[in-house]
Amino acid sequence: MKQKLNAKLSLLVIVFTLLVLLLTACGQSDRVTLKVFNWGDYMDTSIIADFEKEYNIKVIYSTFATNEDMYVSLKSGGNSYDVAFPSDYMISRMINEDMLHTIDMNNIPNYKYIDDKFKNLPFDSNNEYSVPYLWGTLGIVYNKTMVDDPVDSWEILWNEKYSKQILMLDSQRDSIGITLKMLGYSMNTKEEDQLEEAKQKLIEQKPLVLAYVGDEVKDKMVGGEAALAVVWSGDAVAMKWENPDLEYVIPKEGSNLWFDSAVIPKSSKHKKEAEMFINYLSEPEVAFRNTDYIGYSTPNKETMGMLDQELIEDSTAYPSDAEIENCEVFEDLSDTLQIYDRIWTEIKSS
Amino acid sequence: MRFLKRFYLGLIFLFLYAPILILMVFSFNDSKSRGNWGGFTLRWYAELFRDREIMSALYYTIVIAILSALIATAIGMVAALGIHNMNRFGKGLVINITYLPMLNPDIVTGISLMILFVFVNMERGFISLLIAHITFNIPYVIFSIMPKLKQMNQHLYEAALDLGATPFYAFRKVILPEIMPGVITGLIFAFTLSIDDFVISYFTTGAGVSNLSIVIHSMARRGINPTINALSTLMFITVLLLLIIVNKRTANNSGKENVI
Repeated sequence: MKQKLNAKLSLLVIVFTLLVLLLTACGQSDRVTLKVFNWGDYMDTSIIADFEKEYNIKVIYSTFATNEDMYVSLKSGGNSYDVAFPSDYMISRMINEDMLHTIDMNNIPNYKYIDDKFKNLPFDSNNEYSVPYLWGTLGIVYNKTMVDDPVDSWEILWNEKYSKQILMLDSQRDSIGITLKMLGYSMNTKEEDQLEEAKQKLIEQKPLVLAYVGDEVKDKMVGGEAALAVVWSGDAVAMKWENPDLEYVIPKEGSNLWFDSAVIPKSSKHKKEAEMFINYLSEPEVAFRNTDYIGYSTPNKETMGMLDQELIEDSTAYPSDAEIENCEVFEDLSDTLQIYDRIWTEIKSS
Repeated sequence: MRFLKRFYLGLIFLFLYAPILILMVFSFNDSKSRGNWGGFTLRWYAELFRDREIMSALYYTIVIAILSALIATAIGMVAALGIHNMNRFGKGLVINITYLPMLNPDIVTGISLMILFVFVNMERGFISLLIAHITFNIPYVIFSIMPKLKQMNQHLYEAALDLGATPFYAFRKVILPEIMPGVITGLIFAFTLSIDDFVISYFTTGAGVSNLSIVIHSMARRGINPTINALSTLMFITVLLLLIIVNKRTANNSGKENVI
């Protein structure tokens, strides 16, 4: 018994020294610590180690799953992220709510590498708050062996011939958005009758839909479980690589063009270092490593020059200007979002 | 009849372990997709140890689980002793208050803790996560120790005092050995709950401190990286080995007792 007690006591001592060590370790270093908040599996993490070495800055890296998760984390306070990577509509919302620092572009010399196409975007029209990180489109991926009609319009998703072979995204803005596009309206519409029309269309489509899916769409399409699916271009590149029977199109009515950009939240305590980090990510070499690891499209001109010719010519990842002509970037809908919520619930429960 | 019994048991094990088996098989798949078999590889295991995000998540998961289980067990044990010695009314009251957090949905606990940390202006991170885990672990520890205290013969402790033991000595030598099985159960219970927890951790952690469940959740958009399969396989095998060792040891011990 005595031995047991001694063992227990020593365990306690070990635990507390561990605790003390942990606590002091946080306070001791005089290096600046930079807190980065990114999507899960959305950066080649060896880049962070290189940045730490080169600039003698410590990076704390955390991840989130959705824009809304990230927004809640930043909004609820009690943490101080220095760099975050929200998408387009979330950036405009954060700008409206005064949650972002302006970025001094003089400190981001590598901004010159960003293609002019990706400057002055509607969510940040004066390039004051964000530096594009990755971008892509939304479209239809289809299995060539299972679909014999030409795929060039969203209407194919309403074709009864493919009943129970269609996968839709379980994401209200994307699914309602493409329906609006098909009907010839804007993806950012706030008109209630247009939304109502889209709702009717989606309810009409529901019996044809095999499932409303998230990221499992990739496995299902690669495995040939469905003929048609709505996917993001970055995932389409990966899927085509796994299964050459798959092809990706951006329907002629237009679609969604999306961006994930680097921003500096107001809570940041190290704006200068945050700008150094964003600049580092925009270095052509570094941007190449990221786009190569993740497979999504880079907005960096120089980096595009380093990519495989095959990939550049593949319009899945790098569509021509004509293809994205009708595409729209999501805007913040503010209060209209409640209508989307209601409509989506009605569709799902119909 | 015997066949039916075996069949039923087999079915239960199939449903329990088939998913884990598939996960283990796919940890050796040389393709990021689960829809495609790309050949055998150990690449995900190599990548796992190079991935600092997953490694740090593993570190925090284990450190938080050990620390929170130990601290919650210490607090819970003392609390159980106190509750046990209360009068009838106080006992009923405190036991019910202790039940509440267990019945509460995790999300309520998570959000209220988050609001508390924001309210006292505490930066969320390791300490807040640890406090949260200790908090939700305590009731489970208390309720695994309480029955043992009830079973114990009250007079043992008094007898020890009569024979000249100090209260602390009597606690160590008389009460503790009696309630030890409950303490161990509580400790293991707290440890597993802490490793498992997602919702409460999600709301109470801050920059740079993520446990495994949070990291896996954040991969939702890009799809779960197969390194997670590799990690799950390693964890499963570790736990399995531990169980086998423990079972073997207890089997050996009881064997010895029988001989004596």
